[in-house]
Amino acid sequence: MGNRLDDKIDKKKRSFLIAATTVTGVIGAGVITVPFLSSMTPSERAKAAGAPVEVDLSKIEAGAMITTEWRGQPVWIINRSQAMLDDLKKNDSDLSDPHLDVVSQQPSYCKNPTRSLKPNLLVLVGICTHLGCSPTAKLQTQGDMGENWNGGFFCPCHGSKFDLAGRVYKGSPAPINLVVPPHKYINENTLLIGEDNEG
Amino acid sequence: MKTEIKTKKTKSGLVAWIDDRFPLSSFITNHLREYYAPKNFNFWYYFGALALLTLVLQLITGLLLTMHYKPDAELAFGSVEYIMRDVSFGWLIRYMHSTGASLFFVVIYLHMFKALIYGSYKNPRELLWLFGVAIFLCLMGEAFFGYLLPWGQMSYWGAQVIVNLFSAIPFVGPDLSEWLRGDYLVSDATLNRFFAFHVIALPLALFGLVFLHLVALHEVGSNNPDGVEIKKNVDKKTNIPLDGIPFHPYYTVKDLIGVSVFLLVFALIVFYLPEMGGYFLEANNFIPADPLKTPAHIAPVWYFTPYYSILRAVPPILNSQFPGVAAMGLSVIAFAFLPWLDRSKVKSIRYKGNLFKRWIGLFVVSFLVLGYLGTVPSTVWGQFSNAIPLIGGVDKATVVARIFTITYFLFFVLMPYYSKKDKTKPVPSRVSY
Repeated sequence: MGNRLDDKIDKKKRSFLIAATTVTGVIGAGVITVPFLSSMTPSERAKAAGAPVEVDLSKIEAGAMITTEWRGQPVWIINRSQAMLDDLKKNDSDLSDPHLDVVSQQPSYCKNPTRSLKPNLLVLVGICTHLGCSPTAKLQTQGDMGENWNGGFFCPCHGSKFDLAGRVYKGSPAPINLVVPPHKYINENTLLIGEDNEG
Repeated sequence: MKTEIKTKKTKSGLVAWIDDRFPLSSFITNHLREYYAPKNFNFWYYFGALALLTLVLQLITGLLLTMHYKPDAELAFGSVEYIMRDVSFGWLIRYMHSTGASLFFVVIYLHMFKALIYGSYKNPRELLWLFGVAIFLCLMGEAFFGYLLPWGQMSYWGAQVIVNLFSAIPFVGPDLSEWLRGDYLVSDATLNRFFAFHVIALPLALFGLVFLHLVALHEVGSNNPDGVEIKKNVDKKTNIPLDGIPFHPYYTVKDLIGVSVFLLVFALIVFYLPEMGGYFLEANNFIPADPLKTPAHIAPVWYFTPYYSILRAVPPILNSQFPGVAAMGLSVIAFAFLPWLDRSKVKSIRYKGNLFKRWIGLFVVSFLVLGYLGTVPSTVWGQFSNAIPLIGGVDKATVVARIFTITYFLFFVLMPYYSKKDKTKPVPSRVSY
């Protein structure tokens, strides 16, 4: 080896080592971000909390609604009266997506004029498609919603309006209709939210 | 530099012992006793020091609150009430923290306004300004994360709305907001991580940025109400700026006056108006969070309302709410571009022409009107009559918010044009009073 001070610097070797060390370091730092970032995704417990919910329908009178909880979100079940169902068609011209074409916001078995399995019973996730507030029910035609109101929902956060099939009115900040969750009837008076016969 | 060596030799004892190991005396000399600031600072120059004071107050009161608060969806609301009722002086510490948050924004907005009117963002202070904008962003995050912690109705639904803003980002949005929440909705997991962000991540980032802000400030030196660079006129022998005075004792004493007045106002609010009529602490936040029911009127705390108004004002385009979200983001980020948008030859409003002054006036009005509209429901003024074309049936407040959203952005977008066209006055070579 001789005197180290006299040795020539092998610049090629040096730059190779610098590059190799940098690459290894960057890869290592990159790899460790995977567990770090994925630790922030929903945990197994949170994922398991989405079990289906049973609801007893016998006590909902015509023209009334109840709120239940599924996956921590409010789910509304509205028992629409015949008059309410008749009014749905009147809204079509004022809606952004009256025929449910734009974005699929309901299971295929609810892609019908009433957006429901049984015509009168509407099941909706009560979360505004704008920014996730829970709209207020304004089921009656009379009230503070103006003269042409045929009943529906009003979001207090940014003023989105929905009709009694959860369809969004034109001019609302909400871009799409309210979501109909997967659901099925176990028997005449019992509804299961979160599971259907298709899945 | 020569004086430094001299002091080192003459000093003895503890200070000398430290100075041999750590630059204590030279730091005090370079950054206080012989740091020369322009001698014409006015009222507007209080707010930097006050922001630093507020930061320290928030740190101390926050630390004390952390000792009693429980970041758990079941316990959080109760633990805040426990602090208010049972912890010795808990009410004082909590009100100091909540009032401090609002006053932090008051001070920061005034501090930013000073930079705006005196052109303090212009060359050579661009980086100083950018660090400041980063501090502002961090502060907004800090306020947002902190606001969830009491786990009241407004906390909950505010967080729900803001996290959902990220869902609007094309493609990655829904996954991103789920990742931020750590759940499919705002829940215990969200509360727990917001607590972590609020007490660890953002305070650290804030301190780092404040340090960088001060390093940049002491490198370039303060601007002043005349926008004159005092380093251009120095005493030839001593190299001291002719228009400069040592920061200590002159400005430390001046700032003490500002601190006294500030603390007086602070105390009045803490003791007599801690909720400030619902603007500092909102009524709905005294109701525990209920994931099934949104309060009838939700609004962010006052310091976010201008941006919130912009969010509400922009209608969805092509079935997407992204334009509104993007406009809101831009309305905050826009400040970062000021150094490059302002093409004026002069810094200070004192030497700018009427054109620029009118635009600043319009911007201030836009900011205030949008700020007000953000605190009230969009139906507040009723709707236009259906007979009017285009705007018939639309909420009056929404139309007004749209107009001022446009003027807000025009202030920035047109700045390269009007700042260049503006007829400026000649700037003196020395500062005036």
